[in-house]
Formats: sequence, structure tokens, C-alpha cells
Amino acid sequence: MKNKKVIFLSILLILLLTPNIGQAMHIMEGFLPVKWAIIWAVVSLPFIIVGFKKVSQIFKGDTNKKVLLGLAGGFVFVLSAMKIPSVTGSCSHPTGVGLGAILFGPTTMTVVGLIVLLFQALLLAHGGLTTLGANTFSMAIVGPLVSYGIFKLLKKRDTNTTFTVFLAAFLGDLMTYVITAIQLALAFPDATTGFVGSMGKFLSVFAVTQIPLAIVEGIVTAIVYNLLIEYHKEGVIRIENIK
Amino acid sequence: MKTSNKTNVWLIILAIILIIVPLVMKKDAEFEGADDQAEDVIGEINPDYEPWFDALWEPPSGEIESLLFSLQVAIGAGVIGYIFGMMKERRKIATNR
Repeated sequence: MKNKKVIFLSILLILLLTPNIGQAMHIMEGFLPVKWAIIWAVVSLPFIIVGFKKVSQIFKGDTNKKVLLGLAGGFVFVLSAMKIPSVTGSCSHPTGVGLGAILFGPTTMTVVGLIVLLFQALLLAHGGLTTLGANTFSMAIVGPLVSYGIFKLLKKRDTNTTFTVFLAAFLGDLMTYVITAIQLALAFPDATTGFVGSMGKFLSVFAVTQIPLAIVEGIVTAIVYNLLIEYHKEGVIRIENIK
Repeated sequence: MKTSNKTNVWLIILAIILIIVPLVMKKDAEFEGADDQAEDVIGEINPDYEPWFDALWEPPSGEIESLLFSLQVAIGAGVIGYIFGMMKERRKIATNR
């Protein structure tokens, strides 16, 4: 009996001490007030429209691009379903949008991310329809934008490619969670400390858990990109982002 | 082995270590997929808030949920495997010519 009590207490203590969030990724269904749900949906809409135009262009184009898009899409499907343990004692999952953003630019990945978010909202009760706009903005718009931006910036400076790709995917993943924290803090400002105070609380829940996972995402993205470069050099596939 | 392959092998090992370390470090943690913490923070900041919309459909059990999650992985992994297989075959054809 004593042992059981000790175990119970220690588990309780760990639960209290560590920020424990499981499916940290998406904002849960119904957890954004109507006003914010609408705002984020409206903000996301233009990116989605541009994205669909880009994707339909790709589908009209040559097989080469379609193959790469399939690969980028498959990558998002795999990574965003993998719940990986983190040092905080809870699980979260990567986004996988960095690879596609590097290959195609940010808005194409908005469409792919939206598809995955819909799949998870409808079939897995993970994320939600009312929070779809906000989740699209964090995972499928800001994440890819950051990844793409970092990649473009570092590529100009001739930094090591593996490192460039790693950093792009890593920061894109991490920024997704920072945005999620901002979105929640905007919707739920703290009564006394306001937006900043509540932002700190959500960040400690989201960003800390995500750091090791973002590193894993960066590494896996770099691996796939390295393989693609090899095939590109051998003329099997053409990647426009490589000179 | 090609240098890029070597780099990739090291990267894979590093990724695996990163995933295992938390499991060893936090042996007693629950590693549960609970959305509770964010909900708790919201409840703490704004105790009156009630979610105004419920998921249209929820997986009836954790098993069904993991079934659907693995379905998602299976679709993605299948596509990735197919494409890499195709590129490998193309390379073979190109080098044999």
C-alpha cells in the first residue's frame, strides 16, 4: 500500500511539475471563441485560394512536379500522424510541411496542410472545424512561410545544404507552435497580466514540448532532401530550387 | 558508402536517440495524448469559457483512433515508398542505357 501511495504521489508530482500536453498541435474543436474562429478563417482564405491555384498549375504541368508533390504530401501525412515523446513527459507531433515548402514554396503546402487538418478534424476529433482557420494559419501558412524564407535566405549564402534544410524545417515547425500559443493568448488574455502573461503560459505548454520534436523534423526533412538531391544530380528528378 | 549516405545514417541515428531519450529520462511520465493542459490553462484564465462546438464525430475508442492514425501514416508511407522506388528504377534504366 505504501508503495502504491509513493508511486501515485510521484506521478502526481511529475504531472504538476511538467507542462503536460498531448496533442499540442492543433487547437481543439470549439476552443476558440466565435470571433477568433472567423478572424483566422478569413485571414487564411487568401492563402488557400492562391495555394489551390498553384496546385492546379502543378497538376497541369509535367510528371516531375506531380511526383515531388506526392512525395511532399506523403511526408506531411506520415509526420503529422506520428506522436513523438518529448522531454516534458508528454507527446506531440511534427508538421512535415517544411519539405514541401522548400520544394514548392509556401502556399502549395497550405493546401496539403489543409487536407491533413480536415482529415484529422473529421476522422480523429483532432483539431476541429471551428478552429480549422486558426490551425491552417499556424501549421499550413506560417510554418511553410518560415521554412521557405529561411531556406531562401541561407541558400544565397551558400551554407551547407543539410544544415540549411534542417534549420528551415526546424524553425518552421517551432514557429507553428509559437503561433498557436499567440492565437490562444489573443483569444484568452489573462485577467491581470493580459496578453503577455497568458502568452507565456501557452508558450510554456506548447513550445517547450515541441523543441525536441522540431529537431527530429529538421533531421528527417534533411535526410529526405539529401536523397532527393542525389536523384536530382543523377538526372532522375528535377528540383527547380537547386542550381 | 557515399558520403551523403553516411550523413543520412548518422542523422537517422541522431533522430532515434532524440526520440528514445525522453522515454528513458522520464520513465514515470504518462506520455498521454491529453489535450488537458491547454484546456486547463484556458480554464484557469477564463473559468467561464465553454466550448461552443463539439466534434461532429469522435473515434469510439483509443484503438479506433490509433487505427485511423496508422491509416494516415500508411497512406503517406505508401506514397513515399512508391515514389522512391520509382526514382530508383528510373536511375537503373538511365545507367543501363
